[in-house]
Amino acid sequence: MSDTMQPPIETNAPMIEPEEVAPSPGRTKAGNLFEAIAQGAQFQTSLHEEMEELPCVVNVEDFNLWYGKSQALFNVSLSLPIGKVTALIGPSGCGKSTLLRSVNRMNDLVDGVQTKGSMTLAGESIYAAGADVIELRKRIGMVFQKPNPFPMSIFENVVYSLRIAGIRKRSILQEACEQSLQRAGLWEEVKDRLRSSALQMSGGQQQRLCIARAIAAQPEVLLLDEPCSALDPIATGRIEDLIEELQGEYSILMVTHNMQQASRVSAYTAFMYLGRLVEYGPTESIFMNPHLSETEDYVTGRFG
Amino acid sequence: MSQTPEQQAESAKEIRDAMRVVPQVAHGEPAVWLAGGALAMAVLIITGMVGLIVYQGGRAFWPDPIAKVRASDGSEHLGEIQQVGSVPADEANGGAKRVLLRSENFRWSGSHASWIVTDPNFEPTYPEWAVLVELMEEGRIIGQPTYFRVDGKVLESDPASVWAAYNEHRGQISERTREIERLTKGTLAKLTNRQADARLNARKAELEYGTDSAEHKQALADMDALLASLAKEQSDIDRKIADLEEINHRYEIGFLFQDGTEVFRPMADINRMVPANRLTLVGRLGVYLDRWREFLTEDPRHANSQGGIWPALFGTVVMTMIMSIMVVPFGVLAALYLKEYAKPGFFVSLVRIAVNNLAGVPSIVFGVFGLSFFCYIVGAQIDEWFFTASLPNPTFGKGGILWASLTLALLTLPVVIVATEEALSAVPQSMREGSYGCGATRWQTIQRVVLPRALPGIMTGMILAIARGAGEVAPLMLVGAVKMTQDLPIDLSQAPYLFPQRSFMHLGFHIYDLGFQSQDSEAARPMVFATTLLLIGIVVGLNLGAIWLRARLRRRFRAAR
Repeated sequence: MSDTMQPPIETNAPMIEPEEVAPSPGRTKAGNLFEAIAQGAQFQTSLHEEMEELPCVVNVEDFNLWYGKSQALFNVSLSLPIGKVTALIGPSGCGKSTLLRSVNRMNDLVDGVQTKGSMTLAGESIYAAGADVIELRKRIGMVFQKPNPFPMSIFENVVYSLRIAGIRKRSILQEACEQSLQRAGLWEEVKDRLRSSALQMSGGQQQRLCIARAIAAQPEVLLLDEPCSALDPIATGRIEDLIEELQGEYSILMVTHNMQQASRVSAYTAFMYLGRLVEYGPTESIFMNPHLSETEDYVTGRFG
Repeated sequence: MSQTPEQQAESAKEIRDAMRVVPQVAHGEPAVWLAGGALAMAVLIITGMVGLIVYQGGRAFWPDPIAKVRASDGSEHLGEIQQVGSVPADEANGGAKRVLLRSENFRWSGSHASWIVTDPNFEPTYPEWAVLVELMEEGRIIGQPTYFRVDGKVLESDPASVWAAYNEHRGQISERTREIERLTKGTLAKLTNRQADARLNARKAELEYGTDSAEHKQALADMDALLASLAKEQSDIDRKIADLEEINHRYEIGFLFQDGTEVFRPMADINRMVPANRLTLVGRLGVYLDRWREFLTEDPRHANSQGGIWPALFGTVVMTMIMSIMVVPFGVLAALYLKEYAKPGFFVSLVRIAVNNLAGVPSIVFGVFGLSFFCYIVGAQIDEWFFTASLPNPTFGKGGILWASLTLALLTLPVVIVATEEALSAVPQSMREGSYGCGATRWQTIQRVVLPRALPGIMTGMILAIARGAGEVAPLMLVGAVKMTQDLPIDLSQAPYLFPQRSFMHLGFHIYDLGFQSQDSEAARPMVFATTLLLIGIVVGLNLGAIWLRARLRRRFRAAR
């Protein structure tokens, strides 16, 4: 699982320039690029020029990942702008979650994962040989698909990261708990029952609790892995509002299946397909004026 | 393989037709009856078993009336009627009855109960002054109290006044009996311990400095001086006891049996006298409850067939607790490694299979292992290191409550491991991921998230282990359960208060001993049922405690949805 490892699969398929298949505006045949990718062709991500000058916190370069023998990510390069929400979209199985979970090395928990390429957090390599995974994860907050509060009180849930970091001072814990819950818009609802079990809350509350838990440790990056997929529309709305509020304070990388959600809350959008990053740019131009016809097909619902 | 549209339509129709016909069996009626019947059978067996034991154990101490039955041959008998039946041979000519009469007086008649053949229309009478007497050492007798004697002089000679005199003097006499007991068990026992300690010190000096060394001689001299002073103390106490006993033995009650035998017994030998036929319901209830109190709180008497079972009760509970304390942490840690740390593979599967098979090993095998390993290897080594002076008498190198608990802990280990593994598997992976995502290490995750969540399941394993361990008898016979001991493993009157090396009494073994090893198992039968009831009660009680604890934990972790 180190970046020096040789990829087990080498592809000799010819390089295809996306521009060839999809010359801008008057696009014609959709699906050529998808077919080419499915056949294993290498290609260059269509990166919008606005992305190039942005200051970024996470930098992914030529990142490859294998689950055992099957490759899940192919030469992904992506930089995550500071203080903005970046959405990862794409059909199921395209590697969005894998990419997200690579950022805080959650994939280490899976047997037989190998990586190649580099990934940095604030300039420090994430996959370097001496990198401390525990420290890395403390700097990155994560919220999962299904709300996963721990079997303990609401208070203990929120200050969990602080507790395991060894912070014992009551005043600090209480302050952090209140602030995080307030940030997550949950304080008013639960301030009278901080001692009761977190498992007795509703699903939407639980997810907001998980967000509070993730931001309590003051992380540099927040990873959201389809945070609303298990929630009803009203709870989803609240979470989306919350994500918009957190924008600016945190750099957020978010996986979503919901195009509306991506267009509503994110500043930048990356479209992935079969482990490749296809197009990456400001959300507005990805949705209104994508460079590739494939992207347009996907975001408008004609494909996927 | 392609089909024409006609063929496709044909086969579609065939399928549709087949779907219309539902065979009777497919409705599942027979299966419901089969499953329901099996359940009903199981419930019947369990309730029958528990019901029988509750009934028999519950009535064991109820004072039955004492009947006088006239036999066909004209002789009269006194006793508790246990069963009435007909004599098979005489059924043709009107049918004589036979009565199973519990007549007691084993010491004089040689039997506890006998079948009396009576007329078909026999009527038992209930003489007012027939009494059942529980003696301290000679079992039970049934007769009429006819004399009250002090210093050999008969003072009262009719049952009513004898009964009155008995009640008048009973208080003082049992006071003196208690005093004697206190002296014997407390003071005298302490003296004996000090004597043993003195001898042990001399022996230690001999071992340490060599025979006939200055230190050894000094220790011997000390020992002799101490023993001399202790001997004087002891003779004082012995004299005190003898005096008390002499006073107690001046009061005697004479009983007249139905066969005309007259028997005098000192009042101090009478544990309880029950005028069964004069008792009101409240009186009977009083006797019943007092017998239960005696049963639960006192030491056994008369080859365990009388008195109480307190040491066995205590031994069972202490042993079960030590066992739980040993097996739960050990089993949980082992399961944690198997589930959380070990990489699944051939070796882990092998270990898991071995653990599961361990659960199927006959318990006596564990007993043999406990004896040969804990007692003869570990215990002998401990003796060699720490109890050299008392060798060749073993201290830890024999059966004891610690070794018995450890043996049972081994026996129940697979139960705990399997239950814990299942509980750990039931913890959602997402919870672990959440914890790792917060930057927790593996141990922090286990300790703060996985274990609390798995705790109710682990408790289930503990409950199963308790249920299995508390009722196990066979291995205990090899590693420390004994027929009779009054020395409890926890004794607050004697340093160092905890005696893990002591052998102990156990309810399960006690039942076996009463029912099968006792000289007159007939006399012990009510005790067998009462003890069984108690054992069931303890297992149920321990289980209920654990279940209550588990329910409380569950409530903490229950999800709202």
